[in-house]
Amino acid sequence: MKELMTGNEAIARGAYEAGVLVASAYPGTPSTEIMENFSQYDGIYAEWAVNEKVACEVAVGASIRGVRTFAAMKHVGLNVAADAFMSFSYHVVNGGFVLVTADEPSMFSSQNEQDNRYYAYFGKTALIEPSDSQDCIDYMKYAFEISEKYETPVLFRVTTRICHSKSIVTLSERIVPPTREFKKDIKKMLMVPAHSRMRHPQIEEQRIAGLLEYSNNCPLNTMEINDTKIGIIANGVSYQYSKEVFKDTVSYLKIGLSNPLPDKMIKEFAQKVDKLYVIEENEPFMETQIKAMGIDCIGKDLFPIYWEFSPELIREKILGITPSVSYQTDAQAPIRPPVLCAGCPHRGLFYELGKYKDKAFFSGDIGCYTLGAGNPLNAMDSSICMGGSITGAHGFEKATEMSGADKFTKSFGLIGDSTFFHSGLTGLVNAVYNNSPITTIIMDNSITGMTGHQENPGTGKTVMGQISPVINIKALCLACGIKEENLITVDPYDLKATKEAIKMGYEATEPFVIITKRECALLKPIIKERSKMKCKVDPDKCRRCKMCLRSGCPALQLGDKVSIDLTQCNGCSVCLQICPFGAIERVGE
Amino acid sequence: MIKNILLVGVGGQGTILTSKIISKGFVENGYDVKMAEIHGMSQRGGTVTTQIRYGEKVYSPVIEKGTADIIIAFEKTEALRFLDYLKKDGILVINDYEIKPFTVGIGMSEYPDNVLEKYKSSVDNVHFINANKIANDIGNSKVMNIVLLGKLVKMLQLDDIDWKKIISETVPKKAIELNIKAFEVGYESN
Repeated sequence: MKELMTGNEAIARGAYEAGVLVASAYPGTPSTEIMENFSQYDGIYAEWAVNEKVACEVAVGASIRGVRTFAAMKHVGLNVAADAFMSFSYHVVNGGFVLVTADEPSMFSSQNEQDNRYYAYFGKTALIEPSDSQDCIDYMKYAFEISEKYETPVLFRVTTRICHSKSIVTLSERIVPPTREFKKDIKKMLMVPAHSRMRHPQIEEQRIAGLLEYSNNCPLNTMEINDTKIGIIANGVSYQYSKEVFKDTVSYLKIGLSNPLPDKMIKEFAQKVDKLYVIEENEPFMETQIKAMGIDCIGKDLFPIYWEFSPELIREKILGITPSVSYQTDAQAPIRPPVLCAGCPHRGLFYELGKYKDKAFFSGDIGCYTLGAGNPLNAMDSSICMGGSITGAHGFEKATEMSGADKFTKSFGLIGDSTFFHSGLTGLVNAVYNNSPITTIIMDNSITGMTGHQENPGTGKTVMGQISPVINIKALCLACGIKEENLITVDPYDLKATKEAIKMGYEATEPFVIITKRECALLKPIIKERSKMKCKVDPDKCRRCKMCLRSGCPALQLGDKVSIDLTQCNGCSVCLQICPFGAIERVGE
Repeated sequence: MIKNILLVGVGGQGTILTSKIISKGFVENGYDVKMAEIHGMSQRGGTVTTQIRYGEKVYSPVIEKGTADIIIAFEKTEALRFLDYLKKDGILVINDYEIKPFTVGIGMSEYPDNVLEKYKSSVDNVHFINANKIANDIGNSKVMNIVLLGKLVKMLQLDDIDWKKIISETVPKKAIELNIKAFEVGYESN
């Protein structure tokens, strides 16, 4: 059967066809849809883990048991999972283990564009890179075979263009291999110094040597000899872009298994062609190794080390042809930056918090709420990584204390519910333990929002649709040692209550927590519940003072007077509470 | 021969559903198809583009500058960002509908005047349609995306594909009739 699938759908399909029984992931663009799709199949167990390290470890446990398993995450997620991944590499793999990393050249929705291929090199594991959706299905199956045969974790690396592009795939039946026997053997599974010391030489001499032999003779690395004036070595989507530009006029070495690189094949290919190009996005992962083989090739001298490639770029760099401008005009489209949605519960908090922007430091985190940093809210000063908010605020606070700095003397840690479960909790324990008078604001919108609504431990549901206990954030904070009188829960649609809570947090001299609780406005039941609730401007009362626009709500439109786009408005009433002239009223139920 | 279709609009306008229907049509008719989409971080209100390429054998999922056979702008200013993607004599369809971002309200950016005139004076083969009004007239402005699909099918003369069947298979059951109607009026619009 032929079907059009995104790379993410195809990875899920490939895992299903390969007989995966257990899979765990943490959502993160561009990887999220892998688990969303995998969870739809029958006969499998799928879960959202609380973070990527947990996801990796869950898959480790399943592999030890002897079943095929995978963990999926975005590229920076592997930083979180790296502890488990690096040491599991010394472990003997039983059931096939694949870790899918979705990298993001050009950073459409990420904080960096790190090239995770180095994790495979660093961790001494196999590395597989598909170039389209059919590859995703086929290569997933190879990945599990390789993992079991060479007793290695397999890093399956894709990029945004692979994840989110659709291409035609042919589907096959699912084959579940027999569960492999679990034999207790601490020398192979308990990584203490004496055992690890024995394992490392085995990895070098058996695993890497075996994989190298395989890499030179496997269907994932293929040579296509046409005219030999130009030879191209390419991986992932760069291979497709190269084919688009050159079709059958040059020769190709398509790399699908890129750690270890097929050294003999590369040498053979290099000898056949006059001029050798290595086309790979981001880091010179292949190029550096190819040059170390003593082979002359052109890579990053010509192609940028940053941002994603395109067929145009390859055409321009190799052939010197730039696209001719077909049409242009002097008119410019207005800027449409990402913005908190109309009715977003974070808006009320940021509107009030922004009033402290000259007095406090706002240590932020990763989620929709990172948008609170922009104009006109200006209520977030830094954002580094998942869980970095509370800890960063604590460090800032201690440095303020030690340096005697007299500006920005209060620090706030701002974190969402899913991120709090992910890695905020340890930071809160740390702040309480070390007597840090910071104020942590947990923005609980009861969903993982930014990645498109995934369940989390606070929502009471699993990715497979099962009901589960709701983990109570307030109780967690109290258990972490926050005193009852230092914790307040508010509705961020209520500006007065929110303002009061922030004031208390600002003045607190002990670790303090504010929980803002209100569901994401885009949750389907919430959309339905609030579909008739709107705010309306009375044009006779509106004095065009633009105060309401300081909320940054995209439903507010400025003409002769302010008006409200009713298709977007959900009656959250933040603008109504801001308006000094009573010109905005609630309508509908 | 590879054909390239570029749909541009604003999050929430239904460009992704439209591209799903289009690509499904091509797959069922035996073409090789690739499709790419890029949407910004926010769930609503950002620029959204989807690219569809079809032909005998397609490699790249993304369209190169100067090669789009047709660009359909679901919002009238959005094609301004992508005019250089249109090939010489390629077709430009503009939905005469305005969505002003909040950045205009707070003075961070300007919404250009006389956009339609600008298109007319700079592009050879440009067509205007008020898909939102047409959709509203038949019952619901939300099906403006299918009105635009009808227009696209007409402009590219893709009559050998059974679009009504594909629409019926893709949209929710209770909305089939309205969507078929939207397709028809879009196809017949001038």
